[in-house]
Amino acid sequence: MLKILRYSFSDISRSQWSYFYFAFYFIIGFTLLFLSSDVSKAVITLVNIILVLSPLIGTVFGVIYFYNSKEFTQLLLAKPIKRSTIFIGQYLGLSLSLSFSFVLGLGFPFLFYGIFRSPAIGDFFSLLISGVFLTFIFTALAFNIALSNENKIKGFAAAILLWLLLAVIYDGLFLISLMVFNEYPLEKVSLIATALNPIDLSRILVLLKLDISALLGYTGAVFQKFFGGGLGMLISIFILMLWTVLPILRIMQKIEKRIFNE
Amino acid sequence: MRFYYFLLVIVILPLYTSGFIAAKSRNVCSLCEYKTIKAAIKHADSGDEIILHNEVFTENNIVIKKSLTLRGEKGAVIDANNKGTILLIKADNVKIENLIFRNVGYSNIKDYVAILVYKSNNFTIKNNYFEKVLSGIKVEKSKYGFIESNQIFSGDQEQHAIGSGINAWDCAYLIIKNNNIYGMRDGIYFEFVKDSLIENNNAYNNYRYGLHFMFSNNNAYIKNKFYKNGAGVAVMFSKFITMENNVFSENWGTASYGLLLKEIYDAEIINNAFLENTIAIHVEGSTRVNYIDNYFKSNGWAIKVAGACYKNIIKKNNFSGNAFDLSYHSNINDNEFDNNYWSDYTGYDLNKDGVGDVPYRPVKLFSYLVSKNPEAIILLRSLFVDIVNFSEKVSPIFTPDNIIDKNPAMREHE
Repeated sequence: MLKILRYSFSDISRSQWSYFYFAFYFIIGFTLLFLSSDVSKAVITLVNIILVLSPLIGTVFGVIYFYNSKEFTQLLLAKPIKRSTIFIGQYLGLSLSLSFSFVLGLGFPFLFYGIFRSPAIGDFFSLLISGVFLTFIFTALAFNIALSNENKIKGFAAAILLWLLLAVIYDGLFLISLMVFNEYPLEKVSLIATALNPIDLSRILVLLKLDISALLGYTGAVFQKFFGGGLGMLISIFILMLWTVLPILRIMQKIEKRIFNE
Repeated sequence: MRFYYFLLVIVILPLYTSGFIAAKSRNVCSLCEYKTIKAAIKHADSGDEIILHNEVFTENNIVIKKSLTLRGEKGAVIDANNKGTILLIKADNVKIENLIFRNVGYSNIKDYVAILVYKSNNFTIKNNYFEKVLSGIKVEKSKYGFIESNQIFSGDQEQHAIGSGINAWDCAYLIIKNNNIYGMRDGIYFEFVKDSLIENNNAYNNYRYGLHFMFSNNNAYIKNKFYKNGAGVAVMFSKFITMENNVFSENWGTASYGLLLKEIYDAEIINNAFLENTIAIHVEGSTRVNYIDNYFKSNGWAIKVAGACYKNIIKKNNFSGNAFDLSYHSNINDNEFDNNYWSDYTGYDLNKDGVGDVPYRPVKLFSYLVSKNPEAIILLRSLFVDIVNFSEKVSPIFTPDNIIDKNPAMREHE
């Protein structure tokens, strides 16, 4: 598996897309820090960008990579290698290289502007961790979609739709339900609804660490009480892990039944 | 010669009759005529000056019933040794200057303060230093007082026991100037006080409010700085208050605001700066209030209206980089927004007269939704919210369409 992982990793690392991805975060990081030179403010601005972009890139890259490396996969399948080894190796190679681009792209500018001497270092790390988690989750979801759809166009559309669902539509439905059930106490419901969506969960985890959490008021206090405690942190990490592991398990289950012949 | 007699009569006589010449200085120290402040006061006549030498006097419950001046040499300390109120002023024309008040103590039954002024006119409390006091200065039923250039802080006391820095109750014509108040419950607390001026004070790190008004009409507070207070500044149930040139900053927390207005009529809020507060101005019931030339920067909410606000004028303010410029609950609007600068304004100015050609709607859809159901705030900074805000900006459907600034400024006002 390590061999395949290493191969996928170096394959993607050599492709221009991962350089683009790296350069994008690198430039964004430097520009933000150059404009505000306040590390914690730059972190706030980055929350929006990262929470939208890293799932999107994870999804799109995941689908594209899966379809593009079809021939190589078929070649490997002919060899006496376990199927799960092949696919998990590819998956890890892709998500690791995306995460590297992301972490290094943001890490360099912040390192340069002295993140280690700044009190915002905790916020920055939680931002990086959420970004990496989101990359892993959405790449796994993308692999699932690609596995289930023979047709490239269909797969691509489904992947974009999935991203749209979790990044945008989910929040919309959430907001509408909050308005419809206005009369009821909604703190617990919104707590659960937030925890179930990885993007919302990461957003809240990062926001609660920032000064801006004071804006969340009473609802924020309920969230702070839950996520601020050790148990809440453990639960949210567990949920993120679950979001990563469940799609991977489904990949393993699916590849055993799939026939890769054409 | 006659001229000199004349001069003598003109100059000396009035001085004598006014008691200037008769006024005696009485020194208090361990080697002086008087060993204690109480003894000096007992023997003093009205108009005398009592000078405390550079020593620590362990006394409390000193009652002044004559018009005296109590002045300290540099380093003179009155230490109550945690036994109770230090100074009780019950006469007119009393001056307290250059003293250090220390260790007032705490009681569950009585309110101990460093200086209690009761039914006194023309008092002056100047250049004093209050440390480890639970309450600094309390003024009751008095008029024409000066409280100037004092430093008041609580020290390491237990939070529940701490009282106000300066507390005035049922007073009029007070001038409170150049004081520094920190670590108290309320910096300055006015109850039933009228025609008074609060100028150039610093109130910071107080547990509750930097400044607190209750039922106090016709007052002005100008050029003060209020920062890092537990909840900010509260002005409640008062009429005709002038708030000018103050700075409200860094009142940050889930229940903090720069300025809380509750049931305020006919006030002027002019030229203040609100920087980095969770809520810069929280309004619950304000009528005929003018908000002019204020500067709102980097606040969570610039103005959050909870309800019942009529005939207010919001004009020529700068709203710069706030998460929400305005939160407004109801659909009825009787307030006027005119010529403000909004940093979120994206309109254009074709004739280059500095006024945007497209009206600005300061209430964003999300801020409107949050004011309707507060739980929705949890979607703050979600992509969905940005999209919805944008579409609402393009074609407003939900947000109250009469809250509108028809002449938004293109540049920040000076």
